[in-house]
Amino acid sequence: MGLSIAVCLKPVPDPAHYDKIKIDPVKKTVVREGIPTILNPCDKHALEAALQLRGPEGTVTVISMAPPNAEETLREALAMGADAAVLLTDRAFAGADTWATSYTLAAGLKKAGHFDVIFTGTESADGATTQVPAQLAEWLGWPHLWNAVAIEQTGETQLKVKTKAESEWSDYQVSLPCLLAMSRESNKPRLTSLMGVMKAKKKPLTVWCRPDLDVDDAALGMQGSPTQPGAIFEPEMGRKGTLLGGDADEIAVQLIGKLRSAGIAIETGDVCAPGGGGI
Amino acid sequence: MKTTTPADWKGILVVGELSNCRLQPVSLELIGKARELKQTCPAVGDVAAVLIGSGIAAAAAELAITGVDEVVLVDRAECALFHNDLYAAILKQIIEMRKPAVVLFPATARYQDLASMLGIRVDTGVAAHCVDIRINEKAEILAVVPAFGGKVLGDILCPAHRPQMATVKPGIFRQGEPVPGHKPKLTVFDAGSVIADTLKKTRLVALDTSSCAVPEGIPLEKAAVVVCGGWGMGSKENWALLGELANLLGGAVGCTRPAIDEGWMTDESTMIGTSGKVIRPKVYIGAALSGSSHHVCGMKDSDLIISINSDPRAAIFAVSDIRIVGDAKQILTGLIERIRAIRSA
Ligand SMILES: Cc1cc2nc3c(=O)[nH]c(=O)nc-3n(C[C@H](O)[C@H](O)[C@H](O)COP(=O)(O)OP(=O)(O)OC[C@H]3O[C@@H](n4cnc5c(N)ncnc54)[C@H](O)[C@@H]3O)c2cc1C
Ligand SMILES: Nc1ncnc2c1ncn2[C@@H]1O[C@H](COP(=O)(O)O)[C@@H](O)[C@H]1O
Repeated sequence: MGLSIAVCLKPVPDPAHYDKIKIDPVKKTVVREGIPTILNPCDKHALEAALQLRGPEGTVTVISMAPPNAEETLREALAMGADAAVLLTDRAFAGADTWATSYTLAAGLKKAGHFDVIFTGTESADGATTQVPAQLAEWLGWPHLWNAVAIEQTGETQLKVKTKAESEWSDYQVSLPCLLAMSRESNKPRLTSLMGVMKAKKKPLTVWCRPDLDVDDAALGMQGSPTQPGAIFEPEMGRKGTLLGGDADEIAVQLIGKLRSAGIAIETGDVCAPGGGGI
Repeated sequence: MKTTTPADWKGILVVGELSNCRLQPVSLELIGKARELKQTCPAVGDVAAVLIGSGIAAAAAELAITGVDEVVLVDRAECALFHNDLYAAILKQIIEMRKPAVVLFPATARYQDLASMLGIRVDTGVAAHCVDIRINEKAEILAVVPAFGGKVLGDILCPAHRPQMATVKPGIFRQGEPVPGHKPKLTVFDAGSVIADTLKKTRLVALDTSSCAVPEGIPLEKAAVVVCGGWGMGSKENWALLGELANLLGGAVGCTRPAIDEGWMTDESTMIGTSGKVIRPKVYIGAALSGSSHHVCGMKDSDLIISINSDPRAAIFAVSDIRIVGDAKQILTGLIERIRAIRSA
């Protein structure tokens, strides 16, 4: 018996280009023109985990709530080895916070069929709330674990999962169905082969809009979101920097002077003035 | 959708984090911010902190110094190990009974998870990874959250739902002035029945927990000097220079993400930035790193920022007090030699 698995994937603007993002001074909106859309980096680990756990008779369905052009990202996931894809797209879903996003994803997953495990990434590169996995599990009434680093199937309906918090590992036993948000440290995502790309063209990609889902309109998109966005701005960063010149040794002498005035005792390596860490 | 009457909700609840029965500093940072909010808007009501765990009375006593008005304690053997379903069920009851206007959580692996769950369980919004929180005279919260790796900040409001919830990373807020001799009200919350109910139904079992290997030396967030290296260091041999300099200065070594990917640093807890630590040392020295917004978010509030980059247009220079355009290996070697010469003189 194989497992029926779903993976939540988010197409995001490529984080390698975030330094180019600007705010339109007049419209006060984020300008992200020219930045390519890619599969959220963390989500590749979720997909890899799914492909490893699937087994010969299992299936992996990828799902995304995103604008129509997300089909491309979903094809990429099919090329990596997923069996089917579902895209939830409708203007009514736009502007959703994590509450409304997870609500809509839950409705899509319920319609897509029965799943034993749902995988997600830990965070999206653009919004990076880390909240969607837990909230989706809550809508489904399933147990979940966030930042899973290792999974072991210990029974037909049971997994042993290791998670990582800042300085501690924890082991859990969880019975299916469950949701796991996979850590970057959990695996190394496979590369796409040419063969995979060819096969992906024939795999099913279903698009569902608002009327296809059993959802309450009042809970969708921005109007359904408990949090509402206000102003956006760029963080204050500027510092008046002094440029140090000279060869390496001359620079070293100047630096030592700067470190001394910052209260570092060069003779001993001690800190003269209290400080550090804000504690 | 359900909306609530904001006026019925009063007070600020800080969810404190314990790890191994030890109070995590972020709890004190959140109480510091909560007291500030109360000072700005006394109408918001008192500041309470809730702690969940087992054998945590001593940790609870440590909260007195923060000036928190009330400590709510759930000290139960069943809560010894972190269990998201159980902790969330307990917090849901506490929130529904107390009806706080604001609930603040640490944005840590475990506690952001609880905040997310409670957003659905109590039907409200959660502002994630706030870098600032403000309050108006009507006790409405405005949370400032980063997007696109910190390149953009946005205000988040929660107009119609209560409580207003937010998560905050360790290191973002400072602990408040200590209040010696203060005695907060202590409330022991009777969680017996919610624990029994949850454990009967839950499909999750917490088996065990173990500490990750702690990197040697001073933890990044406590170091007065942080020497941080980036991808441009180029090799493990060059990377060793950072450790040498940090040793000489009594500091710690930090890194950007590529250094983890390259295996020059093995412990993710040494990464600085949006997915890593937020630090504020007296001196930050950044070598061969570009200054991506992901990284800058975690170090821009350091007292003195020194950076070394071979590219004069590197973004890190825009947040630096001292800029050195040059080869990081040469500059670091020169500095190490000079300090050694002074020491041996
Ligand atoms: C979701 C997400 C979260 C992330 N979170 C974080 C985070 O928390 N922290 C983090 O750091 N990154 C994070 N990143 C990665 C981040 O976007 C950047 O890729 C990363 O910070 C770049 O690291 P770097 O500056 O070391 O490398 P690069 O950007 O490659 O910069 C290398 C620099 O070294 C300089 N250089 C090269 N050779 C030399 C030399 N010999 N001497 C001097 N200078 C030299 C170059 O001019 C260049 O500026 C995240 C990414 C994503 C997608
Ligand atoms: N719109 C979406 N469609 C599909 N999956 C999503 C979406 N938003 C978030 N996710 C999933 O939730 C994880 C965490 O995202 P976030 O809460 O936005 O940081 C991501 O890694 C995805 O797996």
